Amino acid sequence: MAELHDFTLASARDALKAREISALELTEAHLEAIEKLDDRLNSFITRTPELAREQARRADEALARGEGGKLCGIPLGIKDLFATKGTRTTAASRILSNFIPPYESTVTANLQKDGGVFLGKLNLDEFAMGSTNLTSAFGGVENPWKYSDSDARLVPGGSSGGSGAAVAAGLVLGATGTDTGGSIRQPAAFCGIAGIKPTYGRCSRFGTVAFASSLDQAGPMARTLQDCAIMLESMAGFDPKDATSVDVPVPDYEAALGRGVKGMRVGIPREYRLAGLDPEIDALWEQGIAWLKEAGAEIVDVSLPHTRYGLPTYYIVALAEASSNLARYDGVRFGERQTRDTLDGMYEATRAAGFGDEVKRRILLGTYVLSSGYYDAYYLRAQKVRTLLRQDFQKAFEKVDVLLTPTAPSGAFGWDEKPTDPIQVYLNDVFTVPASLAGVPALSVPAGLNSRGVPLGLQLIGRDFEEETLLAAGHVLEQAANFTHRPTLHAGGAA
Amino acid sequence: MSLDAKTVARIARLARIGLEDDEVATIQGQMEGILGWVDQLNEVNVEDVPPMVGTGLAQPHLRQDMVTDGDCREAVLSNAPDRVGPFFTVPKVVE
Repeated sequence: MAELHDFTLASARDALKAREISALELTEAHLEAIEKLDDRLNSFITRTPELAREQARRADEALARGEGGKLCGIPLGIKDLFATKGTRTTAASRILSNFIPPYESTVTANLQKDGGVFLGKLNLDEFAMGSTNLTSAFGGVENPWKYSDSDARLVPGGSSGGSGAAVAAGLVLGATGTDTGGSIRQPAAFCGIAGIKPTYGRCSRFGTVAFASSLDQAGPMARTLQDCAIMLESMAGFDPKDATSVDVPVPDYEAALGRGVKGMRVGIPREYRLAGLDPEIDALWEQGIAWLKEAGAEIVDVSLPHTRYGLPTYYIVALAEASSNLARYDGVRFGERQTRDTLDGMYEATRAAGFGDEVKRRILLGTYVLSSGYYDAYYLRAQKVRTLLRQDFQKAFEKVDVLLTPTAPSGAFGWDEKPTDPIQVYLNDVFTVPASLAGVPALSVPAGLNSRGVPLGLQLIGRDFEEETLLAAGHVLEQAANFTHRPTLHAGGAA
Repeated sequence: MSLDAKTVARIARLARIGLEDDEVATIQGQMEGILGWVDQLNEVNVEDVPPMVGTGLAQPHLRQDMVTDGDCREAVLSNAPDRVGPFFTVPKVVE
């Protein structure tokens, strides 16, 4: 049934409500697609077909009674960083390969309460550390897109690379992601889908495996912004179990989509015009500016003077917090343990065997910048520069409503083109990191293909809790771009 | 930024990550590179700038001083790699 793979999350929801399709047949079609494609894509770490069928049957019962939440019967994938009660949760790390949480994360509990059907746990970079999804202990994910002139395996981006690939290939209608420095927006751009990193505090972090606590934020990834809006409304909300969660009402995000941009002031941050920026990325950015202008927005040149310090600040803050958060993986209460005669010997052997190279490198750097004699020089200074970065955004948002930038400095690249220098890898996040440091919301929409046939995304950044404004502007870009291309590897066959 | 092997070994011990000698040399080079790159933050004038410890958006919440959870010993122990009765085990630390 190829047409079952043509649904968006929103159109599937409407067809389910109208009883034109059943949740079970929709779920079966997606499970079949996973069987057919995912041995190759490797977007799932753990598949949960039995759980999915059971949830789908319950959704059909609710729908038959004329009930059911806003995601009732919708097949979803869950990034394997969200604790799911009774289902293995690995964070793509060997050290958690046998961890079965006895509790549920708030975000996934919210999605289940609204009737979401969970097809499984999606692959990611180990502990969400990476921009390629090649650092997973469960193997890399293949991007379903291909270069037009080559059969090379491309990266889906990271860290939510499994989420990006599964949505793009039509294996799920939506997926959760988490974004610490761009981990929703960059893979969304690489996979030709939409993704939103909401304001820090908008979604609860309870039950999400922590990487850098002051930055981590959950968000939706789906084919369209309408789909993301529906999911975000379900995921978001105040949670007493997370002290950084913010107690403000969740608006009707879907209703904001049609607001348009007439009279909206759109800022173009001049510091994002990097020397040596790929001309195709620059051209797409100009195209985005033209689309918003045609729809009635006013374009304003703005300055975010500390932009160039975003990446080094991010790496100090994120690595320091990671070294602290990952101290809990010691092989005592959970996880894979290595047996040794002494306690320290056991810790050292357990952590040496359990963590991959990227995670080890980040823990070591984080430990270094927090260690005696270096704390002030590195961590404290970075926190001060972070204040300046947030102030840059606050000043810009006195003049404009949203900022428009490219999402990533390139399209998806090959597994074997991955830069070996860690700093070159970090540069993937150059456009996404500043919004993460500031805590403001940002999204990515697919806006076109590059000359090699892979998707490119545009990013919109907004004021605290103004996700609705972002959705309105994003929807204008989405409609103008009319991105209907499909990847080579897709459940419904190639377009 | 120069970082000697002794410092890397000390940091690895603080982080409780066992490293082989050849790993120390590789990581030493990578850490030096990254720390050299972040040194550009020294160009920024941060005098009188307060450190950012959060966005300031979340308000502290008080709750009733009462037990909200409990009696979940089996759940807490359910992932223990090694346990004896109701206890986690560790290698002997006291002679």
